[in-house]
Amino acid sequence: MADQTSVSIRNLDLSFGAVEVLKDLNLDIGAGEFLVLLGSSGCGKSTLLNCIAGLLEINAGQIHINGRNVTWEEPSARGIGMVFQSYALYPQMTVRGNLSFGLRNARVPKAEIARRVKEAAEILQIEPLLDRKPAALSGGQRQRVAIGRALVRHVDVFLFDEPLSNLDAKLRADLRVELKRLHDRLGNTMIYVTHDQIEAMTLADRIAIMRGGRIMQLASPGEIYNRPANRYVADFIGSPSMNFYEGHLTQDAQVFESGDFRVPLAAYPFDSAQPGGRPVTLGIRPEHVLTGPMAKTAPVAMGATVEMVEPMGSDTLVWARVAGLPLRLRMDGQAAVAPGDQLDIGLDLARAALFDAKTELRL
Amino acid sequence: MSSTDSVPGGRRPARPPRRLTRNMTAKVASIPMVLTALVIFVGCTVWSIVYSFTKTRSIPKLEFVGFDQYERLWSTNRWLVSIENLAIYGLCSMVFSLVIGFVLAALLDQKIRFENTFRTILLYPFALSFIVTGLVWQWILNPNFGIQKVVQDLGFENFAFNPLSNADTVIYGVLIAGLWQGTGLIMVLMLAGLRGIDGEVWKASRVDGIPAWKTYIFIVIPMMKPVFITTLVIIASGIIKVYDLVVAQTSGGPGIASEVPAKYVYDFMFGRRNLGQALAGSTMMLVTVLIVLIPWAYLEFGSKKRG
Ligand SMILES: Nc1ncnc2c1ncn2[C@@H]1O[C@H](COP(=O)(O)OP(=O)(O)OP(=O)(O)O)[C@@H](O)[C@H]1O
Ligand SMILES: [Mg+2]
Repeated sequence: MADQTSVSIRNLDLSFGAVEVLKDLNLDIGAGEFLVLLGSSGCGKSTLLNCIAGLLEINAGQIHINGRNVTWEEPSARGIGMVFQSYALYPQMTVRGNLSFGLRNARVPKAEIARRVKEAAEILQIEPLLDRKPAALSGGQRQRVAIGRALVRHVDVFLFDEPLSNLDAKLRADLRVELKRLHDRLGNTMIYVTHDQIEAMTLADRIAIMRGGRIMQLASPGEIYNRPANRYVADFIGSPSMNFYEGHLTQDAQVFESGDFRVPLAAYPFDSAQPGGRPVTLGIRPEHVLTGPMAKTAPVAMGATVEMVEPMGSDTLVWARVAGLPLRLRMDGQAAVAPGDQLDIGLDLARAALFDAKTELRL
Repeated sequence: MSSTDSVPGGRRPARPPRRLTRNMTAKVASIPMVLTALVIFVGCTVWSIVYSFTKTRSIPKLEFVGFDQYERLWSTNRWLVSIENLAIYGLCSMVFSLVIGFVLAALLDQKIRFENTFRTILLYPFALSFIVTGLVWQWILNPNFGIQKVVQDLGFENFAFNPLSNADTVIYGVLIAGLWQGTGLIMVLMLAGLRGIDGEVWKASRVDGIPAWKTYIFIVIPMMKPVFITTLVIIASGIIKVYDLVVAQTSGGPGIASEVPAKYVYDFMFGRRNLGQALAGSTMMLVTVLIVLIPWAYLEFGSKKRG
C-alpha cells in the first residue's frame, strides 16, 4: 500500500450543538489510496468528509493534508476537490463555465484554464457537452461534469459524497467502473462516502466502516468480509447478511453450543487462546455453508430441512432449519431444492466468526 | 388474429370523445363566475376605454370627441407631476425593495440566532394597512414631534429631516413609508428563495474558492430568477397601490407635489365630476400596467413551454 500519508486526522471531535457526531476520530490515509467510508444513514460519513474538506468547523483535533496542518485553512486552500451527490453544478453556466469558474476566480492564466478544461473533458469524455447547460444533461453526464470540476483543480485529494446515489442501477455500475479507471490513471488519493456495499467492496483499497461517529473497522475489503472485527461489521457487510447464533463456549472452548446446535471449533482460527464457558455469538455467512459433496468432507457436517427457496438466477437462496434454528444458505443457481427436502450441509469454520456476546468483538 | 386485438389503440373509439361535453358539470358550475369575470373585468374595462373618448362629465354620454380628453390630460400639470412621482416612486421602490429585501434575507440566512424574531419584526409592517402606515410615517416625519425633534432634543440643534413639507422631497418621504411596509414581505420571499438553493452548491463554490459575494451574484441570484420575477410583480402591484399611502400621509401635498395618477383619477371621477377626464387617466394607467405585465407573462409562462 501507500508508503506516505496523504490525509491524516487526529483526535477529531465534532458536534452540532449538543449532538456529538464525531468522537475522538483518528484516521490515516495513504497517498494514492482509495478509501471508502461506509456506514448506515446518519452515522457521520458526510460530516467527516465535510470536516476534511473544511466545510465544517471542528470542535477539537487536527487535520493534515500532504503533511501540512490544514485544520484552520479554507476549503479552497486545502488542496482538495469535492464531488457531491446532487452534482451541485452551477445551473446558469455552461459545462465549460462550470469547469473554469473556480480557476478564473483564482486568476489562473486563460491558456492554462483552456488546457486544463480540455484535458479534463477528454478524460471524462464530455468534450461534446462543453457548451451545454447542466439542465440539458443526463444524470450521468452531470456527475461527470461535477467530477471534472474537481479534476481541473489539479489537487491531490478527491472527496466524493455518495456521487452515484442519484443514478439508476445500470448507470451506477458503469460510472463505478469508470471511477476505478480514473483512480488507476490519476493515482490521486480518493475518499469516497457511500452506503452501498458493492461500491465499497469494488472500489476501495481500504474500507472504514462507521457507526455512530466512530470507525468500527478499517481494513481491506477482503479482510472486512472474511475477518470482521466485530458483530456490527459482520452484520453490515454481505447480502444476504450473516447467520448469527447466540450460544456459549464449552468449558474447554472446543465446542460452540446453542441448545441442540453443537459446532466443534477445532477448525476455527481463534485470534488468541480463549477461556471457555462464556456466552458467545457464532456467525456464518450464507455462502460459507457448504452443500453437496463438499458438505460430507467438511469438518462440521449436519443435516438441515429446507423451508423456503428463493431462486435469484445466478444463485439460489435457501431458508432452512438446522437443530431447530433458522439458517440461510446460498446454493448454485441450478440447484434443485424444494421446501421439505433434507440437505447435508457443512460449515466452513475457517471463514466463520465468533464474537464475544458482551463486547461483540471477534474472538 | 387475436394478437392484433390486444394491440393498444386497436379498440380505440372511432371518434375522440366530444371536447365540449367532457366535465360538463364543472363547466356549467363555472358559468356564473366566467360571466362575472367577463362583465366586470373585460366589460368595465372596455366601457372605460370607450367613454374616455367622449365628452362625458358626471352623466355618461356617448358624444365622441376623439383624443380631446387625452390632450387635456397630458397638458395638465397635475397629471404630469403625478406621472413623474409614480415613476420616481416606482423605480426607487423597485430597486430599493429588491436590494434591501435581498440583503436582509441574505443576512437572515447566515443561520443567525433569533431568526424567527427578526423575521416577525421585519414582516410586521406588512400586516398594517397602507392607511395606518401613512399616518404613522406622517407622525414620524413630522418636524414638531418626529425624528427631527428627537434628534434635536439629543443635542444636534441644526439637524433637519423634514421631507414631507418640501415639494422636491415629499415623494421620498412617501417612499420611505412604502419601503418600511413592503420590504419585509420581499425579504421573506427572498429568504424562501435562498433556502431553496441546494446547500451543496454553496459547498461546491467554497471548495472552488469563490467568495460569498461572488457566489451570490453569479450563482445564487441567477438560480433565483423565478423568485425575482414573482417578487417584481408583487412590488409592481404595491406601486400601483401607493394611492392609499399618499392619501393618508400627505393628501397629495404640499400643493400637488405628491400627487399620483390613481389619485388624479379618483379626484376627477368623484370630486370634480369629470368622468371622461378620469377615464382617460385610468386608461393611461391600464396601458402602463399592460406594458409591465405582458413582458412578465412572457417571461414567466412563455419560457416554460419551451423548457
Ligand atoms: N447541520 C446539522 N445540525 C444538526 N445535526 C446534524 C447536522 N448535519 C448532520 N447532523 C446529524 O449528524 C449525524 C450525521 O450526519 P451525516 O450527514 O454525516 O450522516 P451520513 O452518514 O452522511 O448519512 P447519509 O448516509 O444519510 O448521508 C446525523 O445524526 C445528523 O442528524
Ligand atoms: Mg451523507
